[in-house]
Amino acid sequence: MTDPIGIEIRNLYKIFGANPQAHVAAVRAGMTKAELQARHGHVLGLSDINIQIAPGSIQVIMGLSGSGKSTLIRHINRLIEPTAGEIVIEGRNVVGMSKDELREFRRHRTAMVFQKFGLLPHRTVLDNAAYGLEVQGMAEAERYRTAMRWIERVGLSGFEKSYPSQLSGGMQQRVGLARALANDAPILLMDEAYSALDPLIRYDMQTVLLDLQQEVRKTIVFITHDLDEALRIGDRIALLRDGSVIQQGTAQDIVLRPADDYVANFVQHVDRGKVLKVGAVMLAQHGFDALPEASIATDASIAEALQQMAANRLQALRVQDPQGQTIGVIPFQDAINAYTGSKGEGAE
Amino acid sequence: MTSWLTSFPQLSDSLLRALQRSIDNGFRSFTRSYGDLIEGFFSPLQTLLIWFERLLLGTPWPVILLVVAGLAWGASRSLRVVIGSVLTLVLIGLFGMWADTMKTISMVLAATLLSIAIGLPLGVLMARSARVQRVVSPILDIMQTMPSFVYLIPVVMLLGIGRVPGLIAVVIYALPPMIRLTNLGIRQVDPEVLEATDAFGSSAWQKLVKAQLPLALPTIMAGINQTIMMALAMVVIASMIGVQGLGQPVLRAISNQYFTLGLFNGFAIVGIAILFDRISQAWGKRLQKHREASHD
Ligand SMILES: Nc1ncnc2c1ncn2[C@@H]1O[C@H](COP(=O)(O)OP(=O)(O)O)[C@@H](O)[C@H]1O
Ligand SMILES: [Mg+2]
Repeated sequence: MTDPIGIEIRNLYKIFGANPQAHVAAVRAGMTKAELQARHGHVLGLSDINIQIAPGSIQVIMGLSGSGKSTLIRHINRLIEPTAGEIVIEGRNVVGMSKDELREFRRHRTAMVFQKFGLLPHRTVLDNAAYGLEVQGMAEAERYRTAMRWIERVGLSGFEKSYPSQLSGGMQQRVGLARALANDAPILLMDEAYSALDPLIRYDMQTVLLDLQQEVRKTIVFITHDLDEALRIGDRIALLRDGSVIQQGTAQDIVLRPADDYVANFVQHVDRGKVLKVGAVMLAQHGFDALPEASIATDASIAEALQQMAANRLQALRVQDPQGQTIGVIPFQDAINAYTGSKGEGAE
Repeated sequence: MTSWLTSFPQLSDSLLRALQRSIDNGFRSFTRSYGDLIEGFFSPLQTLLIWFERLLLGTPWPVILLVVAGLAWGASRSLRVVIGSVLTLVLIGLFGMWADTMKTISMVLAATLLSIAIGLPLGVLMARSARVQRVVSPILDIMQTMPSFVYLIPVVMLLGIGRVPGLIAVVIYALPPMIRLTNLGIRQVDPEVLEATDAFGSSAWQKLVKAQLPLALPTIMAGINQTIMMALAMVVIASMIGVQGLGQPVLRAISNQYFTLGLFNGFAIVGIAILFDRISQAWGKRLQKHREASHD
């Protein structure tokens, strides 16, 4: 297995239209998507995107439809050519790669899962799952062996001889996932891979992905417009609007400190009790004379903390890191504030 | 005054005649100097045609019936198509047209193979490049609308009377649907599927043979079907320049007013047209089975 690798997106711009280069300067100087559209008939796809994705992490890209999510993820394997900017992976700029280099890069460094699956309808599940390996030139017996392993892993044993049209949407996306994982590429790109699935199956597939991530540690770029999915899956989340990143950070950052009304709107319906972790809300322990007896883990949810305090009529809990060290205190009132979203919560 | 308006002001007769004569002479001298070379170039076609004819005429008729039945079954998995195909050939044989039919079938098969060999790569090129499409499209329009008698003339001048010029005339007539439908089929392939093949690092060739051609195959099969039908439609006209088979008796029947002879041979042509059509269409449909974009 290959070691996970990071992705660095630097000053990336994408303008759609007849003469994109002519308008980069204007966009750099602050022209908005609407102005560019009205005055020059060009569409601003992406504007000054800067994202650093750590090796082995799951980066979620979120935003409403048309905000530029698909455009952004397609720049990472250069299915779309940027107008300006760099994408650096393993010290190499993807934008500068030759045709042959790019093909090798796509064969061995990235794999992609698509919203509408993108399966080959004339091929069986097995041949679809083995497609990436076939393109790499792997011998038939070996690629079938690898593909079968992943077909089993995503729960499709017994369907390897079926055709995509004979499967449900959820099963087809498992094929898409098996095809991507069979490649054993360190980078996995998922463009609204689960958006076409109904909620139960979607939850199921999220679990499959998280379990797999424990095993195979890839650098995953996961696109969704569903906040619950983003919060469940993402180590870090970037919010996109009209082609610009308006906020990025951990789920806690975004729920606790939304950058503007757009983000606040996005997160207002989230179940804060479940999403927020004790560690993100606790206070430093040196402000307290006597530490509370009862303790709670730093990665427990606010809801759990509240439950524990309410059940035992406590005013505060000691917060412990996984090693059992005390690292802070969470008072009942602060937990309530975080839960309801009223001001004044959170440790800076 | 009025005569100036009612009769179009044309070039003078002598000028027109001189123009025609110089073009004719030019082409004739071209024929004289390059005729042998061109004939040599096309001689592999002669070999191909004769080989096909020998194969079909030299094979015992029960074997041919068995092969046709096998093909019909393999393509359609329908007993009705098998029985219909065999019955057609049996009737043709009973009415004394077996040899002519075999000659016609060998000509049609050779023309179809040639059309696929030329049309498939051309169709692929056309699908890959807008410029090629802009150039080839009007040529195809001309090929399809130009009366076939007109292009028989230069073909005969170059190659004389016989099988090969006949085959070339048939191919010119039957080729356009092959090219057009190959182009169409490839252009219709779902762009999302192609994006997925790109994302996994397929080369242009891998994309063509692993995705575009197989997904375009049902449309390409429709093109082959049309090519076969058009080749059959040319059989009578091609017989005017020496192609043997069912066309010649029809031609004789026209000049001598043998009504029944014409009718029998006409029915034989229709019979094998239906036979080819059913078999190739059934095959195309069976290919289509899993190919539709999948929805749930
Ligand atoms: N090929 C294209 N030509 C012109 N505009 C495009 C093209 N592709 C995307 N866009 C525009 O770019 C914006 C972002 O699109 P997209 O990345 O598909 O959004 P999302 O995936 O977030 O829904 C939209 O305004 C869309 O209309
Ligand atoms: Mg999208």
